[in-house]
Amino acid sequence: MSLLLWGLVIIFVGGLASLISGRRAGLASFFGAMGAVAGSITAVIPAFKVLLYGITESFRLNWSIPFGSFFIQIDPLSAVFLIPILCLSAVAAVYGVGYLWACRGKKNLGLAWFFYDLLLLGMVLVVVAKNGILFLLAWEIMSLAPFFLIIFDDEKEEARDAGWTYLVATHIGMVFLLVFFIILTGQNGSMDFDRIGVIDGGIASFLFVLAVVGFGTKAGFMPLHVWLPEAHPAAPSHVSAVMSGVMIKIGIYGLIRAITFLGHPPLWWAWILIVIGASSGVVGVLFALAQHDLKRLLAYHSVENIGIIALGLGIGVLGISTGLPALAVFGFAGCFFHIINHAIFKGLLFLGAGAVLHSSGTLEIDHLGGLIKRMPWTAVTFLVGAIAISGLPPLNGFASEFLIYLGVLKDGISHGLVNIIPVLGVIGGLALIGGLAAACFTKAFGIVFLGQPRSKHSQQAHEVSIAMLLPMVTLAILCVLLGVFSPLIIRVFGTAISNVTLLPQEVIQGQLNAGSSILSNVVIISVLLVILICGLALLRKWLLSGRGVEQTETWGCGYARPTARMQYTASSFAQPLVALFRFFLRTDSRNLPPKGIFPDRAFLQTDTADTSNKYLYRPLFKWISFMLSKLEWIQHGRLQLYVLYIALTLLMLLIWKAL
Amino acid sequence: MHIEKIINPLLTLVLAPLLFGIINRTKALFAGRTGQPLLQSYYDLWKLFRKGAVYSKTTSWVFRLGPIVGLAVVISATALVPSGGLPAIIAFDGDVILFAYLFGLMRFFTVLTALDTGSSFEGMGASREVMFSALTEPAFLVGLAAISKQTHSLSLTGMLAGADTALWSHIGPVQLLVAFSVFIVFLAENSRMPVDDPNTHLELTMIHEVMVLDNSGADLGFITYAAAIKMWLLSTVLVGILVPHNGNAWIDISTAVAAVFILAVLVGVVESSMARLKLLHVPQILFIANALSTLALILVLR
Repeated sequence: MSLLLWGLVIIFVGGLASLISGRRAGLASFFGAMGAVAGSITAVIPAFKVLLYGITESFRLNWSIPFGSFFIQIDPLSAVFLIPILCLSAVAAVYGVGYLWACRGKKNLGLAWFFYDLLLLGMVLVVVAKNGILFLLAWEIMSLAPFFLIIFDDEKEEARDAGWTYLVATHIGMVFLLVFFIILTGQNGSMDFDRIGVIDGGIASFLFVLAVVGFGTKAGFMPLHVWLPEAHPAAPSHVSAVMSGVMIKIGIYGLIRAITFLGHPPLWWAWILIVIGASSGVVGVLFALAQHDLKRLLAYHSVENIGIIALGLGIGVLGISTGLPALAVFGFAGCFFHIINHAIFKGLLFLGAGAVLHSSGTLEIDHLGGLIKRMPWTAVTFLVGAIAISGLPPLNGFASEFLIYLGVLKDGISHGLVNIIPVLGVIGGLALIGGLAAACFTKAFGIVFLGQPRSKHSQQAHEVSIAMLLPMVTLAILCVLLGVFSPLIIRVFGTAISNVTLLPQEVIQGQLNAGSSILSNVVIISVLLVILICGLALLRKWLLSGRGVEQTETWGCGYARPTARMQYTASSFAQPLVALFRFFLRTDSRNLPPKGIFPDRAFLQTDTADTSNKYLYRPLFKWISFMLSKLEWIQHGRLQLYVLYIALTLLMLLIWKAL
Repeated sequence: MHIEKIINPLLTLVLAPLLFGIINRTKALFAGRTGQPLLQSYYDLWKLFRKGAVYSKTTSWVFRLGPIVGLAVVISATALVPSGGLPAIIAFDGDVILFAYLFGLMRFFTVLTALDTGSSFEGMGASREVMFSALTEPAFLVGLAAISKQTHSLSLTGMLAGADTALWSHIGPVQLLVAFSVFIVFLAENSRMPVDDPNTHLELTMIHEVMVLDNSGADLGFITYAAAIKMWLLSTVLVGILVPHNGNAWIDISTAVAAVFILAVLVGVVESSMARLKLLHVPQILFIANALSTLALILVLR
């Protein structure tokens, strides 16, 4: 436990030191990144200890704040989240040194690193906090720090708008959490998590809904996700990686923690989570398909993956609710494993997108192309991430989605028509999500890295520095390792699953052992696949040896002078799917088709704005602002009257107290 | 490990190219032609493996990796598919999901190979491929989930070994619905009519053929062979859903192989009697497949 505290101190001191270094870019980067890396390494040791040996340690200090106490503890559930947070943040910090170096002299890097370290500190504190007040405080630190990182490019209007959207969204979520914790305390009289008794009945359901909305805003459940596609593209890429890879998962952490307070879950909680998961997954990936900006595309994929995680969670809760152990164990194991996997491959992909931006100066997918020849290492790592996020074997993304499928197949298909929700939601939903994700990432990788450069942006691209490459390579290797060692890894989740499901250890271990032996069969097939690939490569080499191997132009029906502009674009690649699902996407398209024998000017412009933003939030906020404008007569700028308001309020409060 | 488990993969690897021959002969019969020899695909493969190759200057290593991954995937998948009462080499709970996702991996690389050439024709084919496959996957997996519930088994070996006559009278409707859905998936996944026309001459209208326009020599051989194996495996699954077992291994395995050949004849009949659908109408037929699978699921959950 003292290691965790030391880690937190190191992170904080690193952040402070870089704040003091200010515009001295070298010093600021050194302190900021060192704080994050050294602090993470220190703090991750106790987290591993908890998960591997099941030793839970805690630290409690009394506080003068009512109901508050500085009570932190790493239990297995915290450890599951703590490990990806610390690992990804450390790796992204190394990348950040290379990435931010281009801004030296122009920006105050000290400030950027201070808020980065603060974000990390906030995230760690949230998952170890075992007191409501401390939790909310840490939550607020974690929520405020990214705001300053999102508006890092504050000369751009989009960045400022994105920051504003983020700030409003996160605080609306916070309101629900405040109410949640106030009611929770009202039921128990204490805010320490270990003293919260089990709550049942209607109040529990009400608290569950509050938690889904409050934590779901942070996680990015559809339709609470609107801040994600704005904020993630605006932030510097290593921050996007951390926000998308781990920060949004803290919403999931909060939700799981909340469920542990709320007693035996009724069936409909699980159904709600499954429906949210399937709809976030499908609609998220559809919006991703329609995007033209690489980072926006990745941001929508976070909504999709949160959907997959919610499906796992829903299956787990269904398992608790119905008392079916395979559902509970595989649901939660899939959920936890996907949280870790998504942190790795989404982090990797955001870092890759950052490398593309860094070297070509644009994220517009239709302006890129052919980067595989100019940035070979970035391309390989991005391809690994793309395969992993599409949930394809033999990488880690498949293993976690497979566990969720397995839960439903084993225990989920039981009699009763109502079971159609989990079965269709998970099997149909995951299959559709998988197919669409593959479509989206063949588009992202194929158009950005393959073919010929579509503009001078991609012609001038070059491979990025080693500080940026090394983190990407590390994460890509992790994608492979987590896939290969998945049979071992899922056993580690046993204690965390018993934390949540309260099932007996033997039952959980029994299920996990079964899952582990199933996954080892998957690994056998994967190994066979790799051996076959190597064998076939040798075979082809042998077949082609001594025969003519020539180079020529791509076949264009006999046309000999193709140009890069004749290539298929990302927009045209995605068009059939976007048109098929236009009901959800409502893409705006304006075009001027070519006319006549010698066409003059022609253009096509499509824009897929977020429907829930456009049709739900904008009208809602417009209405609120209209209603509030009726109160403008109170705000007239006369100071003496404002003082009168204060005095009147005080008077009223005093009278109320006296009564 | 039992030696007889090897029989199915061996049959698959040896007999798969014959399916194209059967389909083509059936089509020739309908058109009143003599048609190509039954073994034409074997001659073609032999010819392709002995040729040099031409690569586009635009392409990278992804283009060279694609055909290899495709063939490696289908060969690995042969280990998962049982037939004629013989279990698969590797059978485990949920292997059906790995089976479906392996084809996803193959498709991922085929599409990337197409995009690597920078050709807009191949881009078009790739775009159609990802669209149709995103709609076939749910139909396939939901349908097999229904079968899994009916047969109380979670692995392909169990799911496809259970169709005996007693079961047939009991669960006939479910089997039939799923089989029809899987048949549509089978046609779409193997790029047959009415989804794709393998004999078309216009690049603009193709799906699978256009994606491999720039492949030549051994690479094209790998792709053709992989397509044949994929067709064989999906046929075997479809046959396994429908055809009951007798108990005698030799009779069962011969029935299964014969059924696969009959299915190929059926494909030839469909191709001779139907025109290809407009591309915009293809999703509708895939939605039908999804609806049938869902209906089967409702029937078993009832």
